[in-house]
Amino acid sequence: MKQKILASRRYRKRSRFAEVWHRLIKNKGAVAGLFIIAMLALVAISVKYILDYDTQVIAQHISERLQKPSIHHLMGTDNFGRDIFFRLLYGARFSLSVGIVAVGIALTIGTTLGALAGYYGGATGEIIMRATDIFAAVPNLLMAIVIVTALGANTINLMIAVGVASVPQFVRVTRAAVLTVRTQEYVEAARAIGRNELAIIFFHILPNCLSPIIVMVTLRIASAIIAASSLSFLGIGVPPPTPEWGSMLSEGRRFLRGYSYITMFPGLAIMITVLAFNMVGDGLRDALDPKLKK
Amino acid sequence: MYRYVIKRLLMLIPIIIGVSFLIYFIMDLAPGDIISQMAAEATEDQIQALRHQYGYDRSVFYRYALYMKNLARGDLGTSFLTNKPVWDMYRERLPATLKLALGAMIVSILISIPLGILSAVRSGTIWDNIGMVFALLGLSMPNFWLGLLLIILFSLKLGWLPSGGDTGFLSIILPAITIGTGHTAIMTRTTRSSMIDVIHQDYLRTARAKGVPEKYVIRKHAFKNALIPIITIIGTQLSVSLGGAVLTETVFAWPGVGRLIIDSVNQRDVPTVTGGIIMTTILISIMLLIVDLLYAYVDPRIKAQYLRKEKG
Amino acid sequence: MNDQEVVLDIRNLTVHYVLENETVEAVNDLSLQVAKGKTLGLVGETGAGKTTTALAILKLVPDPPGVIKGGSIKVGDKDILGLTKQQMEKIRGKDVSMIFQDPMTSLNPVFTVGEQIAESVLLHEHVSKTEAYEKARELLEMVGIPKFRASEYPHQFSGGMKQRVVIAIALACNPKFLIADEPTTALDVTIQAQVLELMKQLKEKYGTAMILITHDLGIVAEICDDVAVMYAGRIVEKGTLEEVFNRTCHPYTEGLFNSLPNIHRRHEDLVPIPGLMPDPTALPKGCSFAPRCSYVSAACLESQPDPREVSPTHTVRCKAYDTPGFRIMRGQHG
Repeated sequence: MKQKILASRRYRKRSRFAEVWHRLIKNKGAVAGLFIIAMLALVAISVKYILDYDTQVIAQHISERLQKPSIHHLMGTDNFGRDIFFRLLYGARFSLSVGIVAVGIALTIGTTLGALAGYYGGATGEIIMRATDIFAAVPNLLMAIVIVTALGANTINLMIAVGVASVPQFVRVTRAAVLTVRTQEYVEAARAIGRNELAIIFFHILPNCLSPIIVMVTLRIASAIIAASSLSFLGIGVPPPTPEWGSMLSEGRRFLRGYSYITMFPGLAIMITVLAFNMVGDGLRDALDPKLKK
Repeated sequence: MYRYVIKRLLMLIPIIIGVSFLIYFIMDLAPGDIISQMAAEATEDQIQALRHQYGYDRSVFYRYALYMKNLARGDLGTSFLTNKPVWDMYRERLPATLKLALGAMIVSILISIPLGILSAVRSGTIWDNIGMVFALLGLSMPNFWLGLLLIILFSLKLGWLPSGGDTGFLSIILPAITIGTGHTAIMTRTTRSSMIDVIHQDYLRTARAKGVPEKYVIRKHAFKNALIPIITIIGTQLSVSLGGAVLTETVFAWPGVGRLIIDSVNQRDVPTVTGGIIMTTILISIMLLIVDLLYAYVDPRIKAQYLRKEKG
Repeated sequence: MNDQEVVLDIRNLTVHYVLENETVEAVNDLSLQVAKGKTLGLVGETGAGKTTTALAILKLVPDPPGVIKGGSIKVGDKDILGLTKQQMEKIRGKDVSMIFQDPMTSLNPVFTVGEQIAESVLLHEHVSKTEAYEKARELLEMVGIPKFRASEYPHQFSGGMKQRVVIAIALACNPKFLIADEPTTALDVTIQAQVLELMKQLKEKYGTAMILITHDLGIVAEICDDVAVMYAGRIVEKGTLEEVFNRTCHPYTEGLFNSLPNIHRRHEDLVPIPGLMPDPTALPKGCSFAPRCSYVSAACLESQPDPREVSPTHTVRCKAYDTPGFRIMRGQHG
C-alpha cells in the first residue's frame, strides 16, 4: 500500500515538472534569463582557473591607471591600474556566491520555520509569526546594515546579513503554502498509514508547496545581489580590494567626470544579472500558475 | 471603527518593543568598548563610573531595559561623535528624507496607475509588452547606479541639475527620479496585474449591460476593485524607500536620516545607528498601519471584517 | 404574431467565435420575433448558443473572438447592428435590459446596492442624484427588499436577494424588453419559485416583453407565452406554449420532454437522448440533430432543413415533414 502511494506521487511529479518546463521555455524572457544565468555561472566557476587573482585582479599597476577602454583593457582600468574587465569577471563569482549562499541560508531557516508554523499552528505558530513580524518590520537593507555592523564587514558576514534579512519572506510564503496543503486529503492518507509527523511535513507537504517557494528563491537571489552590492557600495560589505561590483561602483564615484566607464560597467553587470533572475522568476511564476491567463 | 484603530495602535507597541530589543541586542554584539570610545580622556575611576551608569557591568537585558526606559521618554541616547542627543539629530534630518520619499512616491503614483490601467486594457498588445519590458528594467536597475548615471548625464555632461545637497526645487529632481523609477516599475506591474484580474469579472458585464460607457466601466467599476493590491504595494514601497533612502542619500549627499545612519555606521557611532534604525522602523510600522486602515475605506468587505474583529 | 407590435425582430442571425485554430459556429441563421408584453422561452442545452444570441442583441458578444457574421436585429424600429457604441450605450438598460445567470458575481462588491440601481436611472433619465437614489429605494421595495437596505453592500445579501437586486437594476428604466439568461439556475428551488413569481408580477404590471433563456421546461410552462427550441445554434422549433408542449413537432423537442422524469411513472427507466451535441467547430452539413434522431432518413444528412410552417404561429426545421402525414409520437393528448 505504502509503495503504491509513493509511486503515484512520484509519477505525478515527474510529468508535472516536464509540463512546467515546457511552459517556461515558451516565455522568451525566461529563456534569455536562463541563458544569462548559465553564462554567469560558467564565468563564476571558471574564472578562478583563467585569471590569477593576485596579479591580475587585485594588484595595482599605477603606471596604467585610468585608461579608457581599449584592446589591452576591454573595459579600461580603474585608478589603481587594475583591469576592470577582469575585476568584473571575478565579481561575478562574488555576486553569485553571495546571492546563492544568502538565499540558501534564508531558504533553510525560513522554510523550516514557516512549515512548522503552518503545520502545527497554535502557540508555536503564533510565536514564530510574531517573531517574523518583528523581523520583517525592519526594512531589508537596514536589517542587513545592523547585522554587518555588529559582526564586521567581510564576505561571510555579508552572506549571513543578507540571508538573515531575507528569512521573513520565506517564513511567510512557506506558512501560507503549508496552510493550504495540509488540509488536503493526501495528508490524511499519509497520517492514516502511520507516518510520523516530521516525515509528513518534509516528504508530503513541502514537496507540494514548492511552487511559490521556487519563485521566491529566484526573486530573492535577485534582491540579495542588489543588497550585497548596495552594502559594498556603502563601504560596509566586502573589504577592499575585493572585486565586488558594488564596491567597484563606489570607487568609481570619485571619477564620474571624465572616467564614467568605471561606474558604467559594474552597474551594467549588476543590472543584467538581476534582470536575468527577475525574468526567470517571472517566467516561473507564470509557468507554475494553474490558472493560465491569456 | 475607532475602537479597531485604537486596538491596532496598541498592537504596535509589542512590535516596537520587539524591534528595538532585536536591534539593540544585535548592535550590542558589535566589537569595541563603547565606554572607552565615549570617554577617551577619562580616568579609570570615571570610566568605571560611566560603565556602571550605562549598565555595562550588568547583563544586556539590564542595559536594554535602561534603553527602553529612556526611549519612552524620547531619549535615544547621545551620539558619540557630536555629543548631541540622537533624537534631535534624527528629528533634524527627518524632513529631508520625508520630502524625498513622499515626493517620489506621489509622482510614481501619478505615473504608474494610468500606465498600469492602460497596459491592462491593452493587454497582450505591443504597447503592453514594451511597457512591461521597461518596468522590468526599471526594477532590476540598482538605484544607486541609476543615481550615478543621472548625475553623469544631467549634472556633469549637461549641467542642468545639481548633483547633491538639498538646495531647492531643482536639487530634488534627480534623487526623486532615482527613487521613483523603482516604485513606478513595481507599481505599474501591480496595477496592471490587478486590473487584469478584475477585467474578467462578471459585474463589469452587468455594468455594460446597464449602458455604462466603456471608460467608466474601467475607471469606476473596475479600478476601485483593483485598488487593494495597489494600496498594499504603495505601503510596501514606501517602507522600502525609507530603508533604501540610505543609498540615494549617499549618492546625492542628501541631508536625510539615511545618510545619518550610514555615516554613523562608518564612524562607529553606535547610539546613533541604533536609535536611527529603531526610529525609522517605528515610522514605517505606523505608515503600514495607516495603509491597513485605508483598506477599510476601499473595500466594504474588509471594513466588515474589521468591525467584526472589533466586536469579538 | 404579426398583428401585435413586434418589439424584437431577429432575422438570419449568425454569430461565430473565431479562434486561433478553429471557429466556433455558435449561432447559425437564427430568426425569432417577440411581441409586446409577451414572454418567449428560449430553450436548449448548454452550448446550444442561447447566451450568445442574448449577448448579440445587446452587442455584448466579446469582440476579439466573437464576430457577428450576418443577419439583422431590430429592437422596436432601431437597427441594432448599425448603431454606434454611444448609441448602443443609450439603448442598454433603457430599451433593452439583461439579467445574467449568476447573481453572486453580477453585482459590484464595492458599491452599495442603492448606488448600483441608481446608476442605471442616472444614466438614462434626467433626474438629480437624490431623485435617482429615491427611485432606487422604491425599486428595491418593488422587488421585495426593504427600502433601508439600499445602503448595504452586495455581500450582505443572500443569493436570492441579490438576484432581486439585479432585477431591480434591469427594470429601473422601464425597458421595452428584458432578456433573462437562466435567472434562476443558480438559486435554490424555493427561491427560484419566489423569483419567478416576482418576474411574473412585474411582467404583468409593466407589460415588459421578455426572452427567458432556460433549459428547464418546467419554468417555461410557468411563465412563457411562446417557446423557441434551440439546437447547435439553430432554432429547430418555435411556436406558442400550447403548440410546442401539446403538439410537439421536432424530434429533439420530443426527446427533451421524454427525458423528463415523470413522477407518475416512477418505475420506468429514464429516457435520455442518446449521443452528444455536435462539436460547434465542426458542424455537419446535414441536419445537426441527425446523428441522434430516431426518425432520421438519408435526406437528413444532405443539407440543413429549412423552416417549415406547421401553423401560422408554429414553425419547425425537420425534413421528416417532407413526407406528408408524418407525426411524432409524443404530445398527442389534445
